[in-house]
Amino acid sequence: MGLTGLDIFKQLPKTNCGDCGVPTCLAFAMKLAQKQASLDQCPHVSEEAKGALDGASAPPIKLITIGTGERKLEIGNETVLFRHEETFYHPTGIAVEVDAGLPEEELAARLEAVGGVSFERVGQTLRLDAVALRGEGDGFVKAAQVAGEKSAVPLILMNEDPEVMGKALEGCAEKKPLIYAATAENVEAMAALAKQHGCPLAIRGDDLSSLAELSEKAQGAGATDLVLDSGARAPAQVLANETAIRRAALRKRFRPLGFPTITFARGEDAQEKLQQAACYIAKYAGMLVLKEAEAWELLTLFTVRQNIYTDPQKPIQVEEGIYEIGSPNEDSPVLVTTNFSLTYFTVEGDVEASRVPAWAVVVDTEGTSVLTAWAAEKFTAEIIAEKVKAFDVGSKVKHRKLIIPGHVAVLSGKLEDELSLEWKVIVGPRESSGIPSFLRTAWPGEG
Amino acid sequence: MSFEMPVEKWTAAANTVTIGATAAEGGTRTSVVTVGGDTSLPFLHFEGAMPNRPVIAMEVLDVAPAEWATPMEEAVGDVSGDAAAWARKCVEEFGADMISVRLVGAHPDEQDRSAEECAQTVKSVLEAVGVPLIIWGCGQAEKDNEVMPRCSEVTAGENCLLGTAKEDNYKTITAACMADGHKLLAEAPLDINIQKQVNILVSEMGLELSRIVMYQATGGLGYGMEYAYSIMERTRLAALSGDRMLSMPMLALVGSECWKAKEARTGEDTAPEWGPVSERGVAWEATTATCFLHAGTHILVMWHPRAVSIVRKTIDSLMSQEA
Repeated sequence: MGLTGLDIFKQLPKTNCGDCGVPTCLAFAMKLAQKQASLDQCPHVSEEAKGALDGASAPPIKLITIGTGERKLEIGNETVLFRHEETFYHPTGIAVEVDAGLPEEELAARLEAVGGVSFERVGQTLRLDAVALRGEGDGFVKAAQVAGEKSAVPLILMNEDPEVMGKALEGCAEKKPLIYAATAENVEAMAALAKQHGCPLAIRGDDLSSLAELSEKAQGAGATDLVLDSGARAPAQVLANETAIRRAALRKRFRPLGFPTITFARGEDAQEKLQQAACYIAKYAGMLVLKEAEAWELLTLFTVRQNIYTDPQKPIQVEEGIYEIGSPNEDSPVLVTTNFSLTYFTVEGDVEASRVPAWAVVVDTEGTSVLTAWAAEKFTAEIIAEKVKAFDVGSKVKHRKLIIPGHVAVLSGKLEDELSLEWKVIVGPRESSGIPSFLRTAWPGEG
Repeated sequence: MSFEMPVEKWTAAANTVTIGATAAEGGTRTSVVTVGGDTSLPFLHFEGAMPNRPVIAMEVLDVAPAEWATPMEEAVGDVSGDAAAWARKCVEEFGADMISVRLVGAHPDEQDRSAEECAQTVKSVLEAVGVPLIIWGCGQAEKDNEVMPRCSEVTAGENCLLGTAKEDNYKTITAACMADGHKLLAEAPLDINIQKQVNILVSEMGLELSRIVMYQATGGLGYGMEYAYSIMERTRLAALSGDRMLSMPMLALVGSECWKAKEARTGEDTAPEWGPVSERGVAWEATTATCFLHAGTHILVMWHPRAVSIVRKTIDSLMSQEA
């Protein structure tokens, strides 16, 4: 989407002075286009040209940072409409609301609880990304100060009175909270606060036209880091707006909407609210704010986000090693498989379904499935034998029998040789779905 | 400033397929289901039409799983030993648009039920409900080639959706479908090129493209959901761009995939940090279904009545054009 060398050349002085270190302006333009040079190297470029070139080379959706430190949140800078085209880069930030009106002790406890939410899944730690503090007046100002001190995660300050927001920011601006929100009524004052404190600013329109207008006003008043709320709350309308904003930014490079978005899942019924939230994660939300969320809701949404934001080019992998499925003992079967997460979890599920506890020897095949790994020589007799020794599988079981996937039956003789004939190799089912009947019927005869 | 919605100019639509036949049409169904016909990406009403809402089929098995997750046991445990009673409950109490019958008991490793037994099961379900049927074999090629023609025969004229035709086993079922006036479910393992190939193979046998529904394999949330999601999204884009061999409506098997997941099954005694399993399992299934709706699925095959009701409401709200 960047400019071509010729587009850039048109904006340069065309004097071929060489002051930039490159002999000609055209050659310099080519280097700029390839991002091998920076415009600052040209001392003669006009301010006007600089503005045009900087603008054009900026990403179509600006990267916005909320908060500071280790748990700061980065959203935006997405490059595609569909994950298969490349990948989605910055996972939707998930926030829960906290009532600023809570007594201080309760508030501190809530903040700690939100910061502490954490699930492990497929080797990733899944956590909440922000606290959205909502309230009025002096109570809000006080709570913002407490949250600034105590919250482990970035803050969203939700209050639309610029005077209250100004006071609240005095107590926590150095934590770079997201200010929510500038509207047609308060945009000048809110944008001035964002500028003064260097904080990102959310703007809320009534529709996309008014949102674009607000964006220009806020930027005109010096707020450069924006987060967009189209104002829609009905799910179909949110979906339409999220899609339109993403398309306008990427396909038309429509600058006023070239920012990440913020969405709100609302509703009486937690399960129905969850469906809205899943939609917004799949369809482009930079941030998702939940009024409240139980563990089961968060586990579900974190998993949706993990799936949608998985790089299609880089499959999720499990760490190699020996895994317990159920509570295996020294007589339990040992199954060998690869570390492609989907392969491993399918095997794990099917072993669980069999109700026969087992050991799984997971070989690092760089996240490829059994047949692919075998074809790429990442799942060979030598490699499997080496892992059986490295993981000290022999110390886990009394028997000496290894079950390998049916698809690599061809490895069995070589694998027995590699293991100095100490282990007997048993060929298991070709598909994981055959594991339950294999473990229930074939294994007992072997075990 | 006036902002103009960026509309994609698609050149084609997904195929429209009707399943089920009423008495007037030579069958005995009291309702039929029509899916497809979309001229936009899912639920983007500013861009095109979605003339038919996605539908929910509820699945019944001829042999219930050995161990239900607790929420499933509570929902259908009383009827899951009898496919006809189970199907009736799904339609009468849970409002299923269709019933999907899967003949897992035919598998040689399960109960190795005969073609005749399977046909009787299908017949009993057909008589128990008035909605259209989807009928699946057990997945083992040789056995399905015995079972499915018989099931096709006993439902002749009912315009069922029969599954599945695969790249290496499509002839028998396609012939049965053509002979008995059914629709065909064409299956491929998360692979668009194979899907296209299956569609071409069955159409070369003489089956009209308008009689095909695609099943591209499903991963549950957390277990490969994203693969199925992207395959379906790509397929829908191909349909809208005019690829005739990928324009058929799509089906996803949500229930069976989701209720395998440990997040849906594990009791709160073992995983207290995950919250109550009564909500978790339903959330897992409903949310997987919702993600697939946004990828372009037309027929969701589901298990739990609460998940079904939540997804139905979700479809209502996404079909609504009110701001």
